[in-house]
Amino acid sequence: MSNAAEAHRDDHQDHYPSFFSRWFCSTNHKDIGTVYLYVSMFAALVGGGMSWYMRLELAHPGIQYIEDFQFYNVLLTAHGFIMVFFVVMPALIGGFGNWFVPLMIGAPDMAFPRMNNISLWLLVAAFIMLLISAFVGAGVGTGWTAYPPLSNSIYHPGAAVDFGILSLHLAGASSILGAINFIVTIFNMRAPGMTLHKMPLFVWSILVTAFLLLLALPVLAGALTMLLTDRNFGTHFFDPAGGGDPILWQHLFWFFGHPEVYIIILPGFGIISQIVSTFSKKPVFGYLGMAYAMAAIGVLGFVVWAHHMYTVGLDVDTRAYFTAATMVIAVPTGVKIFSWLATMWGGSIEFKTPMLYAFGFIFLFVAGGLTGVTLANSSADLVFHDTYFVVAHFHYVMAIAAIFAMFAGWYYWIGKMSGKQYNETLGKVQFWTFFIGVNVLFFPQHFAGLAGMPRRIPDYPDAYAGWNLVSSYGAAITVIGTLLFFVVLIKTQMSGEKAAANPWGVGAKTLEWHVASPAPFHTFEDQPDMSGKAPAE
Amino acid sequence: MQNKLKILLLAIVGAMITIEPANAGPNGDVRAEPWQMWLQEPASPTADRIVAFNAQLLVVEALILIFVLGLMGYIAFRFSAKRNRIPSKTTHHVGLEVVWTILPIFILVGLLVPSLNHLYFADRTPDAEMTLKVTGNQWYWNYTYPDYDDLTFDSLPVSEDDLKFGEPRMLTVDNKVILPVETNIRLLFTSTDVIHNWALPSLSIKLDSVPGRINETWTRIHGKYAGKTIYGMCSELCGVNHGFMPIAIQVVSKDDFATWVKKAQIEFASDKSRLIGEIRIADAMHNR
Repeated sequence: MSNAAEAHRDDHQDHYPSFFSRWFCSTNHKDIGTVYLYVSMFAALVGGGMSWYMRLELAHPGIQYIEDFQFYNVLLTAHGFIMVFFVVMPALIGGFGNWFVPLMIGAPDMAFPRMNNISLWLLVAAFIMLLISAFVGAGVGTGWTAYPPLSNSIYHPGAAVDFGILSLHLAGASSILGAINFIVTIFNMRAPGMTLHKMPLFVWSILVTAFLLLLALPVLAGALTMLLTDRNFGTHFFDPAGGGDPILWQHLFWFFGHPEVYIIILPGFGIISQIVSTFSKKPVFGYLGMAYAMAAIGVLGFVVWAHHMYTVGLDVDTRAYFTAATMVIAVPTGVKIFSWLATMWGGSIEFKTPMLYAFGFIFLFVAGGLTGVTLANSSADLVFHDTYFVVAHFHYVMAIAAIFAMFAGWYYWIGKMSGKQYNETLGKVQFWTFFIGVNVLFFPQHFAGLAGMPRRIPDYPDAYAGWNLVSSYGAAITVIGTLLFFVVLIKTQMSGEKAAANPWGVGAKTLEWHVASPAPFHTFEDQPDMSGKAPAE
Repeated sequence: MQNKLKILLLAIVGAMITIEPANAGPNGDVRAEPWQMWLQEPASPTADRIVAFNAQLLVVEALILIFVLGLMGYIAFRFSAKRNRIPSKTTHHVGLEVVWTILPIFILVGLLVPSLNHLYFADRTPDAEMTLKVTGNQWYWNYTYPDYDDLTFDSLPVSEDDLKFGEPRMLTVDNKVILPVETNIRLLFTSTDVIHNWALPSLSIKLDSVPGRINETWTRIHGKYAGKTIYGMCSELCGVNHGFMPIAIQVVSKDDFATWVKKAQIEFASDKSRLIGEIRIADAMHNR
């Protein structure tokens, strides 16, 4: 295992390439991870800005700012696409996955470094395509689900939807390449003695995620291609007038779409497990249960897709099956929650910013997961489908929880990535601002949804004004929290204290804490040997 | 200073008095109220079950949330680095792991049984006394009564400028759909263009109208709602004016319904010609 002195020597052996070839042509997993993180942050400002604009419009009943309702639909569509494909996935999988999977398993780099590079730049190209789609013709106003007939060429003429389709094709190709890279790396490049059952849970989470990507995205690609030919080449896959069926799209889309939400949250599970263990100064409780709970969630993710389609007119027996299957997911997720709590139980917990975010993550995930139990019921869904209750549910359980995992990971690893430690006080202020902000933002949406407010509308009946105003105030606090994060980021880069190789003490046992901070360009030139050692949980 | 305060207070009270009646629904209409935090009042047997079931779900979920939050609070207090300097080394407890895997299964089965019961109840009615066919269009609803010589009419939203006093914004239509109380009504849904969704929160109805398909469900409105209007909104993104295709049911007694049918058959006689419908669709497409 390379100690600090050796790492320092390695540092000097590196030739540092020029700016362009270092950041644009890089094949180094750390540099690629860093670029992924910055792409994600930029996309977060774009996608988050869109949601802020929508909340501004929704703060009061009546039309204030967005007079073109198609533009409102374009905003909500782009917000969904950007947040899912260009914020959460690049940060959690591309960013932290690239940075820390090789470090944690003792590998010198990813298995296919050049494929890693094209995976990154395909994603950037996809993002540019998506931004273009908003400015071509009337834009994509279909929602991120792009249900035909609304997304076909009669109701969305022009090239906007085609740009959107190509954007998703590119993002999908990028993710499939990344997934192959992760699977091969994790299966073939572990250090000696680093058995699958000794891998840190973050690596497990990325492994399960990679399999979900590999199996789900080709289905999306197929469906998108069918939509593309429906729009441009006269096929009728989704057009009843030609013998097709719009519901076919929904089956294909959600066969991808449901695993996709687990793709978003699973790496978060991994990050939270590492952080909870580190700051409790205890190994993860029930390690095998945790790893196989994630695998079980991954498998279940493929057999519950139609719970997004309870209202399309499915046979009642089908809906009964999907209700039962969906409820089963509560079991492995429950195992995760209780194992985190048991990891903390008896620990000696230090509430540094990453741990605060881990606590916040667990709260958000439990609250969102419980409303998920309600929504699993096809019968209860009769009043909830397409209301703000659903919006509140998935923002809690998936969106904001994933953002919390991103912040947690950033605070946890920034010392390792940049060599500079964040300011603890500022970090805590940022956490509390953001935590209060998102709860004020999303909790009232439960009430609006219970009272029957439909989602995806630019204006609402006057009765919903109260909770919408509260929600918009929450959005304002969240914006402050987001900007504070960038203050923390800039301050860390400009004047952060030098980070030790292991700033967290005895709790941090995984291999990345054994290399210097910042992690040198090339790590593990002497291969670490895990034989006979305790699992690096 | 005190005068200013008085004026401010009066203004606030005045604003509250003027806002309230417009929002609350003058005839006790069935729709959301300001600051509502729970489901709309149930007006059908299905809705009775769904609202009660949701209350059960909420109790179970609230207990679990309180339990987990309580544990988190206790852990944060008891096992902070200040109070517990030496961390324990426990990483396994088979009994505990079995319990937290098995116990949720029992809770879920306990929820699943009533859930499926309500699901099958809400699905269809074997003995419908009448049928209403609902057709979604961008961006209005068309209603047809096949039992009454295919009586048919369109129900278009009324824009904000044309509202009469007391009519709710974004929910008012020109022709409400008229339905009798205490009647098993079969509901059929289809669409002429994109997917819409006919959603009535207080009846627990929410079903897509899909082009090329006919979906079926049912309802039976409680007698006490005779004379009231039940409101809903389209609940599937259907394009530019998705937010502006409301649903309004005028609930009437059975006698009033028979009278209305006779009148309406004359009033909407011209609508029976599909041609007019076609022209409207063509117009809508043209204007879009």
